[in-house]
Amino acid sequence: MPDLLGELNIGESVLLKTFLIGIVLGLAAAAGALYAIPVVDQVREASIVTVAPNSGNAETFHVNIPMDRIMSGAPGRAAVPPDLQWPADEAVAGISTELFKIRNARDAVVGVAVRAAAQNGGEDVIDWVLHLPARGSVFVNMDVSPREGGFRIGEIRAGSQEFATLSGFMTERWIVNESADEDAPTGRIELQATYVGQLEPLDPAESSE
Amino acid sequence: MKYVISLGLGLLVGVGLFVAGLLFNPFIADRGLSPLSVSKSEVIALKFANVPAESIAYTNDGESIQEPHPEKVLQLWEAPIRTTSAMTTVMRDARNRVAGIGVKFMSDSESTRLLQGDMIVDSVWYIYLPEHGSMFVEQTENYFPFVREVAFPAWRSSARGWRGNWRGDLSTGPGALGTANVVGGSGRVEGLRMDGVESMSVQAFSLDKGLISAEGGLLIELPASQFADDEVIDTP
Repeated sequence: MPDLLGELNIGESVLLKTFLIGIVLGLAAAAGALYAIPVVDQVREASIVTVAPNSGNAETFHVNIPMDRIMSGAPGRAAVPPDLQWPADEAVAGISTELFKIRNARDAVVGVAVRAAAQNGGEDVIDWVLHLPARGSVFVNMDVSPREGGFRIGEIRAGSQEFATLSGFMTERWIVNESADEDAPTGRIELQATYVGQLEPLDPAESSE
Repeated sequence: MKYVISLGLGLLVGVGLFVAGLLFNPFIADRGLSPLSVSKSEVIALKFANVPAESIAYTNDGESIQEPHPEKVLQLWEAPIRTTSAMTTVMRDARNRVAGIGVKFMSDSESTRLLQGDMIVDSVWYIYLPEHGSMFVEQTENYFPFVREVAFPAWRSSARGWRGNWRGDLSTGPGALGTANVVGGSGRVEGLRMDGVESMSVQAFSLDKGLISAEGGLLIELPASQFADDEVIDTP
């Protein structure tokens, strides 16, 4: 086998070695960068959670109407945005869906949500899914009939990530805006979630101490 | 000077070799057959349009490859939701009949690890099917196989596009078998815990326009009737 490296003069040999060192450094740098630098780094708003009077933690969100409404679709109703085509099929005739941006108590957008209402024979359904990208999602099944005071209450049926082990309930309430400002919303949907952690059995060793 | 150029060229080749190694790493294999495709339980099979223009509404930060639809839909430009997209679409059954409405939220996940071939998206579905009721689907999806087998060949192509037939399961968890968690909220599936798998089939993809021809699929396995009592969620 010919000794190609031996046929090079000193300058060419150093040049080749520099190139090979560069390849090794490039491999190491790419691997190191992928390991050390997070590919995804979600922006987080600090959670504003208060302790609820009857156990659990409460967190309030709101939706400013109409500016936070992403889309609204329902048969026979004006769609948002106006160029949205809601399906006319009979199978989805009783379903309406609204997508919103949701804000925390500091009025900062922290997530998105869907509110779906459906009439299917004798069964009425109102569901919410709140999706907070850095934290997880919550699925709430609301009671259809409003309570005294004009609010609805619903049970947290499931959650993901941070909310996976939590149960609890959520209320929804429509609050009309009373401000005279030109840019003020017509009102807001206020959502108050109360989270309760799952009960975990005590470790016998710990409880005996 | 020539040594600096030589070192620089070496660095570029090294980075290129690393990227090639990542994309063609034989140890990062697709998961193969979905665990639900061999299930003996009753399965709800749903199809939906994965191309934004064919959905009812699709929105994101407005700067991604996929353009929001319809044109005037509100965009998700605020920092905490900038890596999130939302889609409302018609869900069809296996016979291609309209079965209900589905809403999907997707956010880039901080558990993405490119070194391990994980390009993770945290997603949730809200689905209402008049025949079955409402459902919440929670899952992590891995788009690395799609990037490796569709997006990268499109990038290499002079036409900046890809045509072919690619099909893959996207769901990778949180279920032990790489399945999504599905919870029933109302109707026939109220209180049931189920498993699901989302898949995607792509026929055409463009680096400038995103998905051009694609269809999504969602399989939801209903619990076998003899286990129904164990699977019902305790509700207070």
